[in-house]
Amino acid sequence: MQESALFEYVLRLSDDSLILAQRLGEWCGHGPILEEDIALTNISLDLIGQAISLYDLAAALEGKGRDHDQLAYLRYENEYKNVLLVEQPNGDFAMTLLRQFFFDAFRLPLYEALMQSPVEQLAAIAAKSVKETRYHLKHSSEWVIRMGDGTEESHQRAQAAIDHLWRYTNELFYEDAHDHALQAAGKVPAMAEIQAKWMATVTSILSEATLEIPKNNWKFDGGREGRHSEHMGYLLSDLQYMQRAYPNMEW
Amino acid sequence: MSTNEWPLWEVFIRSKQGLNHKHVGSLRAPDATLALENARDVYTRRSEGISIWVVESAQIHATDIDEAASFFEPSDTKIYRHPTFYEVPDGVKHM
Amino acid sequence: MTQAEQERRFQEKIDREIKIEPNDWMPDEYRQTLVRQISQHAHSEIVGMLPEGNWITRAPNLRRKAVLLAKVQDEAGHGLYLYSAVETLGTSREQTIDDLHTGKAKYSSIFNYPALTWADIGTIGWLVDGAAIMNQVALCRTSYGPYARAMVKICKEESFHQRQGYESLIKLCSGTPQQKAMAQDAMNRFWWPALMMFGPSDAESTHSDQSIKWKIKRFTNDELRQSFVDATVAQAEILGLTIPDPNLKWNEARGHYDFSEINWDEFWQVVKGNGPCNKERLAARIKAKEDGAWVRDAATAFAKKRAMKKSA
Ligand SMILES: [Fe+2]
Ligand SMILES: [Fe+2]
Ligand SMILES: [Fe+2]
Repeated sequence: MQESALFEYVLRLSDDSLILAQRLGEWCGHGPILEEDIALTNISLDLIGQAISLYDLAAALEGKGRDHDQLAYLRYENEYKNVLLVEQPNGDFAMTLLRQFFFDAFRLPLYEALMQSPVEQLAAIAAKSVKETRYHLKHSSEWVIRMGDGTEESHQRAQAAIDHLWRYTNELFYEDAHDHALQAAGKVPAMAEIQAKWMATVTSILSEATLEIPKNNWKFDGGREGRHSEHMGYLLSDLQYMQRAYPNMEW
Repeated sequence: MSTNEWPLWEVFIRSKQGLNHKHVGSLRAPDATLALENARDVYTRRSEGISIWVVESAQIHATDIDEAASFFEPSDTKIYRHPTFYEVPDGVKHM
Repeated sequence: MTQAEQERRFQEKIDREIKIEPNDWMPDEYRQTLVRQISQHAHSEIVGMLPEGNWITRAPNLRRKAVLLAKVQDEAGHGLYLYSAVETLGTSREQTIDDLHTGKAKYSSIFNYPALTWADIGTIGWLVDGAAIMNQVALCRTSYGPYARAMVKICKEESFHQRQGYESLIKLCSGTPQQKAMAQDAMNRFWWPALMMFGPSDAESTHSDQSIKWKIKRFTNDELRQSFVDATVAQAEILGLTIPDPNLKWNEARGHYDFSEINWDEFWQVVKGNGPCNKERLAARIKAKEDGAWVRDAATAFAKKRAMKKSA
């Protein structure tokens, strides 16, 4: 039970990284200024690196001989366990950076906690990723503050992005029986603990940015159980195009 | 509406402990914080540095090219500042 | 000092291989030639991100995806280094980019060809970056200091671009017949446009003589094109790909490969804006700039607010 719970847990982390990297990759060549084009690509590259390590671990835990590419490329939509937040379209720069900020503010405390995990390989990946993630959070926070406290237009765009994305944030802290089993064994942190830290970061940065947390508390979820938004199919069509069109070939 | 281009910054990088920061190029950024972050992404993608300085280009004062002669030539004639100016007998070591 | 005296001294420096630096005296035409050539080069790096960028979301495995992202990201860096070199000549990045968007400035016409299959990505790395490197290595010794320094940095980074492309083609060419055919098809489409990257033939090239004299260029278009063909034939043989030119043949007397005349009509049509993707490429760059305007404004406004708070 614990092996499969851990597989499921690591798969969720992997899928979050991969799908967000895929989205960020769409910006390459289209950023608002060259310097930021390069910055977004760096974040995407970090996330792909994390996804590779995490899928390798997941594949080892599963023990069915699959490798990271088979996990990343050859599953059906309902087998991907990423949160809905990361598959949401890029929208404008505000939507992309707010999505990034909400994700980074979640990932950083999660990795910090996982560094203490007795599952050694997971702790090692967390230790490497935590440095990257700390930088991502710094960068996305800087931009949230600049957009929020910049011009009237940027403020409105940032607030609109928050109002839209807020409904997807609660799912970051999703827990089910897998999590509870791993938590009971002391292998992973309780999500309540991560959520408290996330909320503290979000509150402080949004307030510095003169932006508001929405009153609307309607929550969306389903990604962790493989029920995705309509956007996911298109994202996977791109991601899997080569593997599906030319099965069983090496590239 | 957007003719206010971000200011230009000069980037200096220390490639490893024990070496000076060295000018590597420039970039545009709205402020020092983002200038540093952009410099990291633009100029240290291949582990080129362990420390970065950024200076707004407008803040740099330079010698005037037209005065180069009066600035630099006087030192050209003071060859006695270089050790090769002095002759030491063949047998003398460690000098 | 008279104008003639200054020009004589300038040429003397060039002849003695002394680099020209931003504030040094230089003939207006030297400056204009540099601005034109460097900005054209910068635009090529940036527009060049688009055909390959199209394939980032579709790269066939995670390693290739990371490599492609890193490669296209490097090109953004190259554009940035080159725009900075143009700025040292007194033309701002914004002005330079506006000239691209209004169609006044050109970029390498190769990027007006579409990237249709995954094999195109390998082929672009191998042939297009290969041709670019041939040019760029020669430019590391160009007479203008900031341009030469940018080129040195770029060449260092470029070295993996061609290799990753070639490595990817090796996979295809040693793969299934379908993969091999995909590679040959890409070769057929990119060979001639790659040769066109070196520009018009020396007989046609308007700027060549003066540029050589000023050591802005160190080799002529035809010389570089010939070196590229000579270097590439053996690489194609190792892949088992056929170069689409029936007249390609080793010429013992010249010590070079002979090859067919380039279709210059096509070349000039694409330069003039009638290539398969000219409109799309320019539209994408203009859209990025326009969509990004509010972002750049926001950061500027924020910086002003903070500076005011600090001084208050
Ligand atoms: Fe290039
Ligand atoms: Fe390049
Ligand atoms: Fe390149």
